[in-house]
Amino acid sequence: MIKAAVSVPPAGVIEGYRQVAPVIEREGDAATVDTTGVYFQQLNDAIRRLVADGVTTVRVTGANGQRYIGAGLRVPGVRIEVHGTAGNDTAMFMDGAEVEVFGNAQDGVGNTMSSGRVIVHGDAGDVLGYGMRGGRVFVQGDVGYRVGIHMKAYEKHVPVVVCGGKARDFFGEYMAGGVLVLLGVNTHFPEQPLVGGFTGAGMHGGVMYVRGTVEPWQCGAEVGITEACEEDLGVLRPLVEEYAEAFGEDAEAIMDGPFVRIAPVSHRPYAKLYASM
Amino acid sequence: MQQTFVQPEFRVRIDYDKCHKCGRCVQQCGWGVYDFAERPIPHDEKCRACHRCVTYCPAHCITIEKNALAFRENDNWSTNLVKGVWKQADTGGVLLTSMGNPRPYERIFDKLVLDACQVTNPSIDPLREPMELRTYLGRKPDAVQVESDGNGGFRLAEGGGMTNNLKLDTPIIFSPMSYGSVSLNVHRSLAMAAERLGILMNTGEGGLHEDLYPYQDHAILQVASGRFGLNPEVLGRAAALEIKIGQGAKPGIGGHLPGEKIDREVSATRMIPQGSDAISPAPHHDIYSIEDLRQLIYAIKEASGYKPVGVKIAAVHNVAAIASGIVRAGADYVYLDGFRGGTGAAPAVIRDHIGIPVEVAIAAVDQRLRDEGIRNQASIIAAGSIRSSADAAKAIALGADVVAIGTAALLALGCHLCQSCHTGKCSWGITTQKPELTRRIDPEWGAERLTNLVHAWSHELQEILGALGVNAVESLRGSRERLRSIGLDEHTCRVLGVKPAGM
Amino acid sequence: MAYDLERYDTFDVTRYRDESPFKIHGGCGLMGICDESGALMSGDVAIRAMAVQRDRGNGLGGGFAGYGIYPEFAELFAFHMMFHDMRAKEEAEALLAASFAIEVAEPMPTRPVKGITDAPLLWRYFLAPHPEVLEEREMSAEDYVVQMVMNINARVDGAFVASSGKNMGAFKGVGYPEEIGHYFRLEEYEGHTWVGHNRFPTNTPGWWGGAHPFTLLDWSIVHNGEISSYGINARYLEQFGYTCSLGTDTEVAAYLFDLLLRRHKLPVELACKALAAPLWSDIDRMSADDAALMRSLRAVYGPGMLNGPFAIVLGFNGGMVALNDRIKLRPLVAARSGSTLMVASEEAAIRAVMTAPDVVWAPKAGEPVIGRVAGMESPVHSQLHLGAAEISCAVTGTDVSCEESLEVAV
Repeated sequence: MIKAAVSVPPAGVIEGYRQVAPVIEREGDAATVDTTGVYFQQLNDAIRRLVADGVTTVRVTGANGQRYIGAGLRVPGVRIEVHGTAGNDTAMFMDGAEVEVFGNAQDGVGNTMSSGRVIVHGDAGDVLGYGMRGGRVFVQGDVGYRVGIHMKAYEKHVPVVVCGGKARDFFGEYMAGGVLVLLGVNTHFPEQPLVGGFTGAGMHGGVMYVRGTVEPWQCGAEVGITEACEEDLGVLRPLVEEYAEAFGEDAEAIMDGPFVRIAPVSHRPYAKLYASM
Repeated sequence: MQQTFVQPEFRVRIDYDKCHKCGRCVQQCGWGVYDFAERPIPHDEKCRACHRCVTYCPAHCITIEKNALAFRENDNWSTNLVKGVWKQADTGGVLLTSMGNPRPYERIFDKLVLDACQVTNPSIDPLREPMELRTYLGRKPDAVQVESDGNGGFRLAEGGGMTNNLKLDTPIIFSPMSYGSVSLNVHRSLAMAAERLGILMNTGEGGLHEDLYPYQDHAILQVASGRFGLNPEVLGRAAALEIKIGQGAKPGIGGHLPGEKIDREVSATRMIPQGSDAISPAPHHDIYSIEDLRQLIYAIKEASGYKPVGVKIAAVHNVAAIASGIVRAGADYVYLDGFRGGTGAAPAVIRDHIGIPVEVAIAAVDQRLRDEGIRNQASIIAAGSIRSSADAAKAIALGADVVAIGTAALLALGCHLCQSCHTGKCSWGITTQKPELTRRIDPEWGAERLTNLVHAWSHELQEILGALGVNAVESLRGSRERLRSIGLDEHTCRVLGVKPAGM
Repeated sequence: MAYDLERYDTFDVTRYRDESPFKIHGGCGLMGICDESGALMSGDVAIRAMAVQRDRGNGLGGGFAGYGIYPEFAELFAFHMMFHDMRAKEEAEALLAASFAIEVAEPMPTRPVKGITDAPLLWRYFLAPHPEVLEEREMSAEDYVVQMVMNINARVDGAFVASSGKNMGAFKGVGYPEEIGHYFRLEEYEGHTWVGHNRFPTNTPGWWGGAHPFTLLDWSIVHNGEISSYGINARYLEQFGYTCSLGTDTEVAAYLFDLLLRRHKLPVELACKALAAPLWSDIDRMSADDAALMRSLRAVYGPGMLNGPFAIVLGFNGGMVALNDRIKLRPLVAARSGSTLMVASEEAAIRAVMTAPDVVWAPKAGEPVIGRVAGMESPVHSQLHLGAAEISCAVTGTDVSCEESLEVAV
């Protein structure tokens, strides 16, 4: 709870984060990094050094808003646990590692991520998965605005984002590839629509699956809503199973659906918009 | 007959090697340029450079060239002035012309540039994200009054909200062009397009033909000094009424539709006998002062069940004060027609020398209405050569709520700006009542072209708004901070309320 | 959010660690907290919330406002003043002394903080206008106070009134907010409502008076983002007599709230709908009554709509209102813990204050988060009757906005 007025004057300026090395406890190929009140540069520096030194599991405790955790990590098989609130741009540009957040994640999770996996045991903020080109992000609860924006598939890389709660406007905006899933099962907003407006606006590739009903007014002009068919359920099942396993949920109950499929009606929706001068 | 000194303005060239000798050009030309004797023989002096024959020649063998007769160089006496003198000496007549002022006055729109967002605020994607052009035309209260709805919420208090406004899906409407000056098929095209676009057409002063009744919710009906085609029934049909005081192409000048253009349909629509001249007096003879305007505005409101009533004026020197008076007289909108605005017929001396640019008129009026705290009381429609979506955006940034297009709409229907509407022989079937010519416009085709044009401009407006980082047109309206001038003098900049580029 | 991507590619662990850290900039940050039961919180909650958002500013401005902090002088106007020199102080005090009963005049309690330099003289005054002065001028105390603020800000060279409301105060200056908060010994104050701001100016040189929050009587406004519709917003306000002379969005927001809440008497919920209007497509799906109301609000207040990215918090004696732009272009997170409501640009700010919030959520775009202290009023200055020119002059104290109103005030 909120602290009452302090009787003892603080020794100095209250610092959100201090520019000090975090306390590290290492056991074999695992390490615990206490990042309470530590600035993101020192934290991420410590993580990178540990990984370079052969550590495969880094447990970050006391996280609160430190940015860029796991950003740019290119080491497959490395797993970073974040206990607390993960800051902006968690796992940005990540290529191969795994970040599991026990808490909420702020804006920009998985920004331009290449591969690997992010699991968030909580909610996540806006612009999750922006420009994501591979890997998988699982969020247990609600997500914010512009989630899955401009995800794109390329050759064997197919990005996947699975959100367990509800999503705001511009879900899957400009989506060019990959799979974006919204389950609506763990949410703070039982009264509100599953997904906001402009869903799939500008979508020209990939596919979205939403568990429940989506009305045409909630979607951009470029997509069509259909009932998910057997083939779709075949794509969904392993993702839902992975979600259920990550968060200890019942995959079969979720798979009961019903699911709708939202996909672009054209991969060149604006071909007729322009006239050459 | 005495030989005229005036030589043909154009030369019609036919490549007879390619010519099919099919006679299509003879049939297409409304001006009677061609005789046919085994092959088409052009009479250059009749050519208006409207390109109808060029467009429809199956062999593509016709071209129109300027008759580049050399005169001794003289910066003072342009060829046009010299020809004017000769023509008037020939005839003793007032030089008549049509369409808008073509002279090389400063084009202010071309010296204004728009802004865009970089870093500190984001531009917005107009194709994917909402980009709202919807505009309400009409008088709005200064403040909204609400009351509790009894459930913890609020609702409008009685009379506390906006009433009697016209919803436009985009802030571009069609300007008034009367049935009589243009053909019924043009009116049909405009009306059908207005309905599809969710905007308005304007009947001009010639009344609302009954074929347009299905589109009446998208028609503004003009009340001009000739009071043609007006009765309570028609007043009740139109979406809004507009008192036409003046027109940018001919401020202070009346009109005269000759009796030969008053055929059965025009006669029925204007509610005057067939074959009689339709004369529009220069002023309204019940408006000799501003209080008379108020009287007429309220007469129309009373008779029409309080529909919006606008007032159209030509942009003249005291436009700001005049507009203020119009708003205070109870108008729901002021329509400002700049000196580049088009006409079906006007004396050249009037068209080319009277009035001021619409850009400065918008700026002066918008600022005056704001200074007086009455800007919310009326919308501003700006017209008088809105040539592109860029002009529209700049007009809106200067303070217009809506722009109206006339010339651009006619261009969409085939007009080639030959400035000969007053002859009634328009080969494109636009400004004529000759049945063999008017049928050249299929209303369905016309409506599609007009719809395409306004859609395209609306998309472009959305692109501009997106670059500006705003997603609703009301955030551009009057936002002169988003304009800069290049090469405009300091005084004009001050009137426009626009800084020079770099500041 | 701009940072050097190349650093990641060419990252040298050892060298980097040895280097002194460099700043990575990220935009403005803000916070607001309100205990709706009226229970008081130490100002250190506001500092802690801002401290974790340090990277959202650049050290050129930080500030706070606290409410309920002067219960012993609750009926007096609290003037937080900045003076550049003793002459300015004497001149301002002479103006105050002429028409106010000054109960207390004292230096603001501060402590030295490394990095905080060039602080002006900071004084506070608890005062009330002499009743006979009000009677003679036929003015309310609030009118007279705003007029005095206007006079001091515009006329007394080197003097600035940072805040002038009852039982509240603004603490602001050039520095990071946690430094400014420490400098002003904020932890020694207790308030039911706090707002905080971290400034990242791109074009304005940081000066103490220009830091946020902006105030008008007891209102304090903090803002994040740059409003793309500034041009028409300012012209719209000019139509009602306000003069936007600082060129800042916060100033525009202050006048818009004054116009909508005080002069047009809109409930704060609807004022927020005017400032961050729903989309037409949403309005068209509303019930007939709601749609009519929203259509009118949008059409009438369209020129006042704040278009572009923003998050804003209005603090007042009785609570706070937090509002996001209509398509959520700036971050805003909200949380509740018992009777305490909190908003911030980042969740970390909330976690830095609330150890176990009942709920943390992202407010919807354009939907205000409103905290109201039980038994206190909504944010309406019912005793203020001044015109817009005087409001502008009081808020900014610049010559441009004051010319005319000073004539009247003499």
